[in-house]
Parts: sequence; structure tokens; C-alpha cells
Amino acid sequence: MTSKAVLKSEPAVYVYEAPVRLWHWVNALSITVLCITGYFIGKPLPSVPGEASENFLMGYIRFAHFAAGYIFAIGFLFRIYWALVGNEHARQIFMLPLFNRSWWGGVWHEIKWYSFVTKEPRKYTGHNPLAVLTMHLMLVWGTVFMIVTGFALYGEGTGMGSWQYEWFSSWVIPLFGQSQDVHTWHRLVMWYIICFIIVHVYVAIREDIMSRQSLVSSMISGWRTFKDNREVDDGH
Amino acid sequence: MTETFYEVMRRQGITRRSFMKYCSLTAAALGLGPAFAPRIAEAMETKPRIPVIWLHGLECTCCSESFIRSAHPLAKDVILSMVSLDYDSLVMAASGVQAEAIIEETIEKYDGNFLLAVEGNPPLNQEGMSCIIGGKPFLEQLTHAAKHCKAIVSWGSCASYGCVQAAKPNPTRATPVHKVVHGKPIIKVPGCPPIAEVMTGVITYMVTFDRLPQLDRQGRPKMFYSQRIHDKCYRRPHFDAGQFVEDWDDEGARKGYCLYKVGCKGPTTYNACSTIRWNEGTSFPIQAGHGCIGCSEDGFWDKGSWYARLTDIKQFGVERNADQVGATAAAVVGAATAAHIAASAVKRAMQKGDRNP
Repeated sequence: MTSKAVLKSEPAVYVYEAPVRLWHWVNALSITVLCITGYFIGKPLPSVPGEASENFLMGYIRFAHFAAGYIFAIGFLFRIYWALVGNEHARQIFMLPLFNRSWWGGVWHEIKWYSFVTKEPRKYTGHNPLAVLTMHLMLVWGTVFMIVTGFALYGEGTGMGSWQYEWFSSWVIPLFGQSQDVHTWHRLVMWYIICFIIVHVYVAIREDIMSRQSLVSSMISGWRTFKDNREVDDGH
Repeated sequence: MTETFYEVMRRQGITRRSFMKYCSLTAAALGLGPAFAPRIAEAMETKPRIPVIWLHGLECTCCSESFIRSAHPLAKDVILSMVSLDYDSLVMAASGVQAEAIIEETIEKYDGNFLLAVEGNPPLNQEGMSCIIGGKPFLEQLTHAAKHCKAIVSWGSCASYGCVQAAKPNPTRATPVHKVVHGKPIIKVPGCPPIAEVMTGVITYMVTFDRLPQLDRQGRPKMFYSQRIHDKCYRRPHFDAGQFVEDWDDEGARKGYCLYKVGCKGPTTYNACSTIRWNEGTSFPIQAGHGCIGCSEDGFWDKGSWYARLTDIKQFGVERNADQVGATAAAVVGAATAAHIAASAVKRAMQKGDRNP
């Protein structure tokens, strides 16, 4: 019986600082807007009736996409800045301990935990190693890719001489071959990020229920709470 | 000394008045201010004609067909006389050994000073046997002439990117000029064919200013290839409004709505069709009710359907577009997640069962 352990209160740890939490939710919102508007830019809604001068549907959809894109990009730059000045947890998804054997052991352990092979998950103050790996590969690099290709496509509209064109379009478009290829890749990576979202939301809720620490509430309050008082596996 | 352009034009019976009109029109076509018209006139009066060798590789001659239809009447007469077109197997009277001898003559007389215009491209497979000019592979003729030229103009998508003969699987390994010739400035004038006024405009610019036009990173003259068809399309208001042709025979098609949904490549194609248009400014594909097929873009034959906005991705074996690939991936992830939820619920129920026997 575990009732004794439950009674004992476990100190909570302040993990996610306010800027990280703010970024997380702003980022989530901007990605949602970007995916929905982006989907309809590639596959527009049925035609609207009336004169062209009375309608601006595609224009508004594209405006929302570009505005959300700027928020997404500026938010990401801010997040990188915070990784430099924030606490150690703010750096976690950017810096992978790739040469740390025990960290890879942690990744393997998590895979076993999700395969229902291991009975009990490890206890983490920060992200578990598999979470770090997934966020790094899918979210961080997906974000970088979308910002670079996104501004390259946007720069085609702002035209030669604009900073978007000079910084992005001028080298990204030839790198992919031509504009159409950039469009195709931009859309493929949208689906890549959607796959991440599905996994991320599910796992966050599942961990909240089944792991040994809090998940969803931590991204709201910043505090990590624990369900038992045994030692954490990423303790310092 | 070769004749100046002006002398040639006067000899052909063009009045000075017409000549001045031509100079103004050319200045306008190149996007230059009125002050440049006299400069163009001066250049034409004083500069000797540039010797040009115009080679034909694997191609369909559509570039030449376009070129000879350059819009304002003077351009047609003038541009052909403006350059000293020493060799062009398509339009020259000479043939056989005499014709081929002209190339050697030009190289000897104007080594390093003539312009090499290339229409089409060389095939590299089977030692270039798929394109034989004067008994020798075209590749040899091209590399020989390129060694002695001042600059190369790659006419059309063939010379610039490869075009249809380089489309998959490209059995002859047709290869664009810039991948065969190195160390010479190459001006790409893509399009299948390029617009006549763009072709004559590029030559006029080089003659007038004695230098190559400003090129973008892909080697195309900025003055004609810096904007997309979409940016200057007269149907753009319908795009912004969200009014599209959904089908070729629907009400939207009749009303001239945007062709985006039926695969128009205007948003991804850099060319001047929507401003200069074709055949003396008569029309261009979108005006005729058909989407742009992106003929001036690299590999446009291999980018999937001309009639779909999201184009096929061939790397997946079966032709699929980004949405089909992505939605399949998302569905697989979603299904896996659902299965995992079920398994987790079962596991948890069993654990609870353990706890409360």
C-alpha cells in the first residue's frame, strides 16, 4: 500500500519561469492559427459570391497567417534569448546531452515505459530524456525550418530589396530548386508539426495522470509537484 | 570595321524619326527614364554591332519563333540587324561545310568578343550522339565556341534548366548550359519560350550599356525576372477576395476568377508575362483562361500536375501531394495515439484493481 507516501508532502520545484510559460501558450496559439490559415491558403475555401472589391477573405486569411508567423518567429527568438538567461530548465530542449550515456539510457527507459514494458517511470524535475529528444527534433528544428521557409515565401511577396527577400528568399528558393518546392516542403513540415502536437498533447495528459510528477499544471503555474517522495532521477 | 546599328538601320530604310521612337520605346521597355533614350540612340549610332553565334542544341525552335515576333515592328527588323548574327543554323542561308566554317571565322576574328547565344542544350549520354551538328556532337560545338566567347545567353528553359528533354527520366541526359560550360558569364533567359520583348530587351541592354544586365542569384536578368506572374496578375483581386475557378466550365471561369485552385503556377513563377504579355501585348495564358504552367521555372515538367495547387511529390513512389502524405502521417500518429490511450487505460484499470483488491 502506498498510502503512507501519499500522506507525506513533497516539496514542489519551480521549473518553468513565467517567460517560458508565456512563450509556450503564445506559441501554441500561433501554431494553431498558422496551421488552420496555412491549410486554407494551400486549399482555399469555396468561392465567395459578389464583387471582388467587396470581399477580402483570402486577404484576411493570409494576413492572419503572416501576423501569426511574425509572432511565432519573434516568440522563438525570445525563447532562444531566454534559454541563455533563464534557468537550466529553459535550456533543456535546445541543448541535448548527446554524449551522455546515462541520458541515452534514460531515452531507452522512456521507450520501454511507453511500450508498457517497464512497470514504473522515472521521476524527473525537468523533461524526461525522450521528451527532450522529441521536442528538439520535431518542435525546435520544425520551428527553425518553418520560420526560414516561411519568410522565404513571404519575401517573394514583399519583393526584391526587402529584408525578407534578401535574408531568406534569395538563398532559400534556389536551395530548394524553385518556389513550388519551397511551398511543398513548407506544407509537409506543417504536417510534421501537427504530428508533434498530437503526440505532445496526448503525452502531456498521460504523464500528468500516470507518471510520478505533475505536467499540465506545471506549464500553467510553473511549479513541478510530485506524487511520491522518493529521489528524483535528474536530481542535482 | 563593322557597321554601327544606326548605319544598318538607315541602310534598311528606317527613318531617323522611327529610329528615335524605337530608342524611346526601348528605354521604356527596360524601365529606364526618358533621359536614357538619347543614350541608347548614341550607343546605336557609335557602337559596332556585336557578332553573335546562335547555336541550336536539343530544342524545338520555339525560342527563335518567339524572338522573330518581337512586338513593336522596329524591334523585329532592328534586333536582327542590331547584332551581327554571323551564325544561326536556323535562319542562315549557308549550309554544310560553308556554314560550319563561319564559326571558325568568327572565333578567329573576334576571339573573346562575340556573344554566344545558345538555344537548347547538349545531351551527355552516348557521348552526345543524341544531338549531332555538322557530323559532330553538339557538345563539342558548344564547348569549342564557349571557350572563345565573351558571354553566353542561355535562351529559354532548355538552355537555362533543361526543360522537357531533361524531364525525368532524361534518357539522353540533356544538361543545361551552365552545368557544361564554366568560367564564362551566363545570362539565363528562361521560358518556354521566353517572351520576345524580353529576349530583344536583354540584347538591347547589353548593346547599349556595354555590360551584362544585373542578374539575380539564379542568373536571370532582374529587370524581367524579379517579380512573379501573381504579383502583377490582373486577376489578383479575385485571389485576395477568395473567388476561384473551381472547375473549367463553372460560373467562376466565366467571370474570370482566379485560377489558383485549378493549379495556376503564377504565385511561384518569375517572369514578365503579366506585364509585357505576348504577341504585341495581346494576351497571356491567364488572360486566355488557363493557369500559368510555370514554364520559366526550373524543372517545371517534373513538379507534378499543372492543374493542382498542391503538386505531387514523386519521392514517395506513388504520386502524392503534401496533404496526402502529411494527413496520412497525422492519421497514423493519431491512430497510434488512440491505441496507446486504450492500452494505457487498460493498464491503469489493472493497477487500480491491484490496489483495491
